Amino acid sequence: MSKRLDVLKTYKIYINGQFVRSESGHYLTLTNKSGEQLANICRSTRKDFRQAMVAARGAQGGWSGKTAYNRGQILYRMAEILEGRRAQFIHELSLEGASAKKAEAEVDAAIDRLVYFAGWCDKYQQIFSSVNPVQSAHFNFSTPEPTGVVSIIAEEKSSLIGLVSMIAPVIAGGNTCVVLAGQRNAMSACSFTEVIHSSDVPSGVINVLTGLKSELISHMSSHMDINAIFYTDSDTDSKKLIQENASLNIKRVVFEETDDWMDERHENPYIILDFQEIKTTWHPVSV
Amino acid sequence: MEVLNKIPDFRDTVPIDTVGVLERVSRLNKRSIKKESKMDALKMALSMCDLTTLEGMDTPGKVRQLCYKAQHPHESIPDIPSVAAVCVYPNLVRTAKESLKGSNINVAAVATYFPSGNGTLESRIEEVKYAVNEGADEIDMVISRGAFLRGEYNFTFDEVAATKEACGDVHLKVILETGELETLENVRKASDISMYAGADFIKTSTGKVSPAATQPVTLVMLEAIRDFYYKTGIKIGMKPAGGIRDSKTAIQYLVLVKETLGIDWLNPDLFRFGASSLANDLLMQIVKQQTGVYQSADYFSKD
Repeated sequence: MSKRLDVLKTYKIYINGQFVRSESGHYLTLTNKSGEQLANICRSTRKDFRQAMVAARGAQGGWSGKTAYNRGQILYRMAEILEGRRAQFIHELSLEGASAKKAEAEVDAAIDRLVYFAGWCDKYQQIFSSVNPVQSAHFNFSTPEPTGVVSIIAEEKSSLIGLVSMIAPVIAGGNTCVVLAGQRNAMSACSFTEVIHSSDVPSGVINVLTGLKSELISHMSSHMDINAIFYTDSDTDSKKLIQENASLNIKRVVFEETDDWMDERHENPYIILDFQEIKTTWHPVSV
Repeated sequence: MEVLNKIPDFRDTVPIDTVGVLERVSRLNKRSIKKESKMDALKMALSMCDLTTLEGMDTPGKVRQLCYKAQHPHESIPDIPSVAAVCVYPNLVRTAKESLKGSNINVAAVATYFPSGNGTLESRIEEVKYAVNEGADEIDMVISRGAFLRGEYNFTFDEVAATKEACGDVHLKVILETGELETLENVRKASDISMYAGADFIKTSTGKVSPAATQPVTLVMLEAIRDFYYKTGIKIGMKPAGGIRDSKTAIQYLVLVKETLGIDWLNPDLFRFGASSLANDLLMQIVKQQTGVYQSADYFSKD
């Protein structure tokens, strides 16, 4: 007669290496297609975003200062930990509505993508650097450097693979980020922060918020300390707003639309280059 | 006045209830500051800042730069107050004084073997006289914590009185270095001794010892000031210094002052913040209030 009550998880957001609740104390309910409640997620506010931003800025110097090789190791470690928790993610993705087969394929693709970008960490510099011919007695070379702190606004239809495909190239290039997870897939996004937490990623490098895009998009694109914005939805109004806000202090804006994050075109080093600044050095040489 | 110029009778002092102090501080911190008041509070806090540079590597160039910042905190915002004072070592007082000519910003000098206070009384007084001669408007002295903790309260009283004498008309701030005083009871005692010995301001910390200013310590000092005022009618100033980095904390301090001492103390003559990074955060918040956009340190001068 005693039927057990389900313990539904309230997923926390992830700021500066800590799992916290939104300062607002507000929550959203996640339901599956048939309307059953799955979990609660935090409804983050601009103040949560501001805190995350401070953390991301604080972590930027340390992360970009790590050796490229070490960054690669850390990304690879994320893949390892994700592999170890495959079953959990497959379960969560199926709760969110994916078929078992699709869920499995998606988790595998996410792991592979982390490995892919882990490999690029210490290689994109060689590909994108150049030695430039100049007329004076200078050794002139250009190298990529991380842009800084990136706002990542994950789109609604993407799930784990979309999230990983957006975060990996950004951090592989030495940037830090504040991510707003899509509402529908907030569950797997929050679980992914547990993977981040247990895989040597320094605090503040990846911060993940959940909540309503409509409430946060303006702050995530106008904050003067943000250096770049990564956005993949297709709605024109949001894009216009982002571009206008970005013009305040000339942030880098990267739009990328896709129907299928599993597609191979999301595995290429040019996505890393999107979040790099090219620095050119003139070094005097005697003839 | 007969109570002045002699060591206070500690039997009259109410014992400090640490739990009560913490409770009151946390309750006052929960005050919500509405948007309209926030802007005024931010500007008020800015006008109370003592921009400080107390590094061994300070140069005249750095002090000049700081003085410029003191007069023009952020040029793109109109109607913004200048800060209250610039705080430097005695050897840079002249430089600061020259750079601030024509403004009403004071120059404060730390003296008496700052930050340790471990020197002979004569040499410490000598340093104060030197700083006063160089043109300092305010002297920040440190008490000898060693003597105080040994219970030699007369020594502490005498050193403050002697320093005040050397200062003449120049304002004297007494740094208690509360981070080394161990208990709130001691903070209260040191505050009372300093005020009775002639301090114009009492100040929490040098900024060289952690913890620096904390709100419980500040509350205890503010209450000492209040009791002294009731007894003598003299208004002593308060300066929390060190560790106050953001606007939110600064506003919480203003609430403490308002609730303990009243509106009279909410002006730069009686309340100061000793901080080097607070001013920029205040400026960033002021611009945020004006534009609605969160700001970045990239667009504000680093002193």
